[in-house]
Amino acid sequence: MRLELVKRPQQSRAFSALSPFIAFGLTIIAGAILFAALGKNPATTLYYYFVEPLMEVWSLHELAIKAAPLILIAVGLSVCFLSNNWNIGAEGQFVIGAVVGSVLPVMFPDFQFWFVLPLMLIMGMIGGAAYASIPGILKVRFNTNEILTSLMLVYVAQLFLDWLVRGPWRNPAGMNFPETRTFHSYAILPEILPASGRAHWGFVFAIIAAIVLWFVLSKTLKGFEIKVLGQSPRAGRFAGFSAGKMTLFAFAVSGAMAGLAGISEVSGAIGQLRPAISPGYGFTAIIVAFLGRLNPLGIVAAGLVLALTYLGGEAAQISVGLSDKVVRAFQGMILFFVLACDTLIHYQIRFVKSKAATASLAAAQVPNV
Amino acid sequence: MKKYLLALAASAAILLPGAASAQDKTKACFIYVGPIGDFGYSYQHHQGLLDAQKHFGDKLETAYLESVPEGADAERAIERFARSGCDIIFATSFGFMDATNKIAGRFPDIKFEHATGYKREHPNVATYNSKFHEGRYVQGVIAASLSEKGVAGYIASFPIPEVVMGINAFVLGAQSVNPDFKVKVVWANTWFDAGKEADAAKALIDQGVDIITQHTDSTAPIQVASERGIKAFGQATDMIKFGPETQLTSIIDDWGPYYIERIGKVMDGTWEQQDVWGGMKEGHVVMAPYTNMPDDVKKLAEETEAKIKSGEFNPYTGPINKQDGTQWLADGEVAEDGFLLGLNFYVEGVDDQLPQ
Repeated sequence: MRLELVKRPQQSRAFSALSPFIAFGLTIIAGAILFAALGKNPATTLYYYFVEPLMEVWSLHELAIKAAPLILIAVGLSVCFLSNNWNIGAEGQFVIGAVVGSVLPVMFPDFQFWFVLPLMLIMGMIGGAAYASIPGILKVRFNTNEILTSLMLVYVAQLFLDWLVRGPWRNPAGMNFPETRTFHSYAILPEILPASGRAHWGFVFAIIAAIVLWFVLSKTLKGFEIKVLGQSPRAGRFAGFSAGKMTLFAFAVSGAMAGLAGISEVSGAIGQLRPAISPGYGFTAIIVAFLGRLNPLGIVAAGLVLALTYLGGEAAQISVGLSDKVVRAFQGMILFFVLACDTLIHYQIRFVKSKAATASLAAAQVPNV
Repeated sequence: MKKYLLALAASAAILLPGAASAQDKTKACFIYVGPIGDFGYSYQHHQGLLDAQKHFGDKLETAYLESVPEGADAERAIERFARSGCDIIFATSFGFMDATNKIAGRFPDIKFEHATGYKREHPNVATYNSKFHEGRYVQGVIAASLSEKGVAGYIASFPIPEVVMGINAFVLGAQSVNPDFKVKVVWANTWFDAGKEADAAKALIDQGVDIITQHTDSTAPIQVASERGIKAFGQATDMIKFGPETQLTSIIDDWGPYYIERIGKVMDGTWEQQDVWGGMKEGHVVMAPYTNMPDDVKKLAEETEAKIKSGEFNPYTGPINKQDGTQWLADGEVAEDGFLLGLNFYVEGVDDQLPQ
């Protein structure tokens, strides 16, 4: 006897819409059991997790700071994933965007004009797009596996940044510590509402990018092209769409978004380059993209929820003394329940007796979420 | 739904441990870069927190955040502490430097203590660090007394002054016993990565060193050394249980006395900005028991330790030559603290190019 996932002939619309809420409810229940087992009060812990970070203005700013790079990268990735291009290297594109965007304030610190910042943002986008184009071109030209090439280029980018901040770009006044000089005031991305918190314009960029890409994907021919080529490359060819050009386009768009996220993070939140500028935003954004079901507006919501779990995790650590490990396990539970609910909408579980197993093996499909 | 949330919030407010009674208590908060279970750097800071808690008992409330990434997250974590009623905040990693100073500017009534940094941009920021290199000198003395090949391996983290200072002190200690002693260095480029540190240890042993020491935080190197049957030194904490037959001694970062002193000063209102660089003398650097060595070596190590502790001897006393053979310190000349804190060159006897 064993379990098997079988595709449902029809999906329930009601459950599709309800699925995120069911998943959230299940997470709350499982989390409450976990916290109670650890001897913490479940209500208090859940309050700190999901409510407390939303009760204060400064904390909302922090939420925007944390969510901005996740959303920005994830909406770019949605174009890739919808068109069947598996860009796993957004983390590297984020880093290269930050590096290219930082050329002006680091190498030409005396070049101080108002247009330095716009130039930095544009250079960051170009840097990210160019770096993402490497796996794109390799895929189109040599038919390489973009999952591998884009992932491996992440490590190249991280080591390049590491070398820069320890070597040629090291702050001459920094006592040999591995970091660049701090950016001058014209190179700092301003805060949106400086009076109440430190959220910078990166969040606004993320929202604009999400709206623009939502419009492109749902209302334009380009969006149709992206989806057709993703779902059926053959049908796309009949329609006269070029899969190769789409690959280059998708990688360039997602690279530009990741690059913009990178330079926004560096010039808005950090103020200089360091050996590590991202706690894994490029990888977390892949989760955000799928949590948002590859819909840019859904991604905004998913990015905010995931950012909330980081903030809530810290609040719970401080206030109820939850361990950092439990916080991560709880975050994993959220993702598990969301994906499990989505899977069960598309598939049903069937118990198969061992005799029939071989026959139905061919029919069984593995979900590719 | 709204009602439910309100109820939840209300119940939380009631159940909040000691929120209202926190007035008469002093609250000390700690931010760690690694997990408290690293058995190295962050673990030792957490031991300092526990020491302080034990010392002050009911008068002190503590909180901590572990594995806080350096960057935008650190600033949020520190701000959260600043807003949650902490009276003094210890930011225990170099990478928290700018975030600490930024938040300190906005919360002038809260005291901030930053470990291993050099920026004190506001009167409520103090910095503290320890002279770990004093312990490394003693390690060098032991290594040269025991090594048959005259070569030790050094697993280093990042080429910052503190680490370079440690490598040099180790070499100077070794050369006081064996003037031809050499040290091979591998840069792991991490503070804590068991896999990379183990690889570095293996690479060094394959190159023929018969003693290794480390300036990284995991227990992996000492475990590799024990598998290969050579001796090694622990780091930051007593790692004897990870190599009962292997560990010679370990430099223990004892932050407890410092944390107790500073929290005490917050309590009686005498806290002032300062830059502290304590060593063996102040009790901030402590050597683990000398094990797995003959009695004469143990005696030599204890004598060296005693001389440094009493202030009679400074490891950075001339004559010392730079790596290229040119003179750095003349006979009897002692390096100044300020110069050491920016140290960026090797002394003679280091078999490595310092990454520039």
